[in-house]
Amino acid sequence: MNSQVPLPITRMAKVLEFLVLILSVLICGEAVIFKPISDSHRSAALELFNPTHGSSLEETYEALRTFEVLGIEKQPDLRAATCASVVDTLSSPSALKDLFQALRVNGLLNCELKKKTFAGIAPRLKDAVKSASSLLDYYYSVGSLVLIKGLSSDVDVHLESADSVFRAIKALSQSDGRWRYSSNNPESSTYAAGIALESLAGVISLASSEIDQSLISMVKNDISKLLDDLEKYDDGAYYFDEKLVDAHGHQGPLSASSAVVRGITAFAAVSAENLNLPGEKILGLARFLLGVGVPGNAKDLYYQIEALASLENNRVSIPLILSLPTSVLSLTRKDQLKVNVNTILGAAAPSLTIKLRQIFSSGSKDASVIDQDLKFDHKNAVHYLDALPKDIDVGSYIFTFEIVLHDSEHKMIYATGGRTKVPIYVTGVIKVDNAEISVLDSDLGNVETRKKLDLAGENSISLSANHLQKLRLLFQLTSPLGHALKPHQAFLKLRHESKVEHIFVVGNSGIQFEIILDFLGLVEKFFYLSGRYDIQLTVGDAVMENSFFQPLGSVELDLPEPPEKASRPPPQAVDPSLRFGPKAEIAHIFRAPEKKPPTNLSYAFLALVLLPFIGFLVGLLRLGVNLKNFPTSSAPATSAILFHLAIAAVLSLYLLFWLKLNLFTTLKALGFLGVFLLFVGHRTLSHLASTSAKLKSA
Amino acid sequence: MAKSSATKDALALFQSLRSAYAATPTNLKIIDLYVVFAIFTALIQVVYMALVGSFPFNSFLSGVLSCIGTAVLAVCLRIQVNKENKEFKDLPPERAFADFVLCNLVLHLVIMNFLG
Repeated sequence: MNSQVPLPITRMAKVLEFLVLILSVLICGEAVIFKPISDSHRSAALELFNPTHGSSLEETYEALRTFEVLGIEKQPDLRAATCASVVDTLSSPSALKDLFQALRVNGLLNCELKKKTFAGIAPRLKDAVKSASSLLDYYYSVGSLVLIKGLSSDVDVHLESADSVFRAIKALSQSDGRWRYSSNNPESSTYAAGIALESLAGVISLASSEIDQSLISMVKNDISKLLDDLEKYDDGAYYFDEKLVDAHGHQGPLSASSAVVRGITAFAAVSAENLNLPGEKILGLARFLLGVGVPGNAKDLYYQIEALASLENNRVSIPLILSLPTSVLSLTRKDQLKVNVNTILGAAAPSLTIKLRQIFSSGSKDASVIDQDLKFDHKNAVHYLDALPKDIDVGSYIFTFEIVLHDSEHKMIYATGGRTKVPIYVTGVIKVDNAEISVLDSDLGNVETRKKLDLAGENSISLSANHLQKLRLLFQLTSPLGHALKPHQAFLKLRHESKVEHIFVVGNSGIQFEIILDFLGLVEKFFYLSGRYDIQLTVGDAVMENSFFQPLGSVELDLPEPPEKASRPPPQAVDPSLRFGPKAEIAHIFRAPEKKPPTNLSYAFLALVLLPFIGFLVGLLRLGVNLKNFPTSSAPATSAILFHLAIAAVLSLYLLFWLKLNLFTTLKALGFLGVFLLFVGHRTLSHLASTSAKLKSA
Repeated sequence: MAKSSATKDALALFQSLRSAYAATPTNLKIIDLYVVFAIFTALIQVVYMALVGSFPFNSFLSGVLSCIGTAVLAVCLRIQVNKENKEFKDLPPERAFADFVLCNLVLHLVIMNFLG
């Protein structure tokens, strides 16, 4: 029975948790703060990536690339071993993918390679480009050639037939802007589109002659179609959903968005044409990538960091992220509103002004239009507001900011995303005063006793009342600006000696809080329990810095005797530590061992049991028993001896059965011994019978 | 007087019994001796049980039944071997002995199983 009790409790807790989650989502709405890459990413990277000698070149590349973007020092001891592996891969006829990974790692580590190595690989790669049939073949071979081009200028990596390669890759694209992995695979994928764009960018940079403009504008068209498919979150984050589930690793929105971001930025970097990408979507992608937070596995962290790095350095539009060091401001401490603007990797933004446009109060729909410029603190690179607007009281708000770039050229480079909504919580110390508790006469309302309370300090009043009287509690709550505050919680709790509790909600009108307990109407609810009741007052709110939960003292209630049918007070909830604590220990009772006789007595009887046996032997001697009848000729003698031995063997088998064997092994062994015994016994006894028959006849 | 004559009679009876028994063949005497040995062993165990208590009752039973059982089998053997029993005239004593051995082995298998 007991084991089932926790279930509803945990279920309830889960439901509550869920409700809180929904509420918080509802409250936040579309206002979410995205923070740029920070030290938490760095420590996560150091924890997640642990390139050792055992890890593959791909994992090593992802680790090194992430470290490079985050500005983490490389481990020097890794370099030698990794370079050895790179040289090994490049000098042996390895697979295309391995070559590509080795070249990528080499690009980061700058291993000392012989020039001949590249010269040997380049023709192979060119052949691979010509004979490639799938998107990944193109990706690896073109990517490798681009890497070689970046490393050594001597090797000729130019593609003569760049146009046809371009067309071949383009042929795999679908009408919705996504790509297929190969021509015989009808499924299209967003991740593949990213890879394809990156490959096309590679082809353009490797082309020996200008690529046909019409081809490039076709790809540009594909990109805009791809961007039309972007999914949007309420908070302004955009992402690519990956619908294709196949064997190409784990692919979700993060890997797909990351691949497309890398593809588009690579393509934008090499194509002369302006891609006209909407800044809002670029910013939305950056928000999505930042909104992931710190991913829990190395692959996702690499996808996030790599995509953010390519967004940071892209030619189209660099997203600027507005973030707040803290979204909780205290009115009492006169906290300043501070705003940071950074690029996504946390670098400084160009000169700009932040305008506070609007403030929404959480309670009401209407916004107060402010239009105020934030000042810029050059030393800390922080924009701040000297003082909050005059009419801002405690509560939760949504502030709307707008980034205005000073330089008009920057407007082409940076994506600011228009207005940014940010949730702000303003807290303060709430003034609690005019608190008093009194006992009133029921009919006339005359005050019998009145006690002043100091709710900021300790109170220990003691009152007494009967069922014809009333208890009244009064206090006032005033916000720093003198407004009324309706706190989340304002409860009065009466607790009887027998731990029966009653909770009342304290209502308010304006700043005045009042509750009157008419004991005449409450006797039933109080179960006619007379005696001392402890009084506790709870006033609390998220924006109230001095929320309290205070014992006020006690009231001695004198209630009438319960009538016959009065309901009994409910049994009090058992202390959970008792319910879920350790159970009483179970004492096992074993049967007491039987009393054993003294050992000497048992030994004496052992000797006594042997006496008849000795008597038997003596008797045999007196009778003059002999073994003359024992066969003398060799064959019968042997069988006679064997007969006796076999009997002895059976008896010792019985002894073993008693000591350790079980019935089955014993019976098996007995089967064999029995057959043997039968055989020799028959021979012996028939021999004896024949000799005695001869004697008779003689 | 009557008492002494009764003693005399008893002595005379005993004497005649002894002389009659002296004529019994040796091999039967051996069997008799074996039976007496088995019975006495059983008796000693019973006495022990009376003194100490019957706690491992199965052990006590198997010990006593082993003795009684083998004594009964020995009596059976004696009946078959005795030449004066015309009923078993055609049965060779070797065959009777083989039966005795076989029965004893079976009996003791059961005894061992019961011994605990």
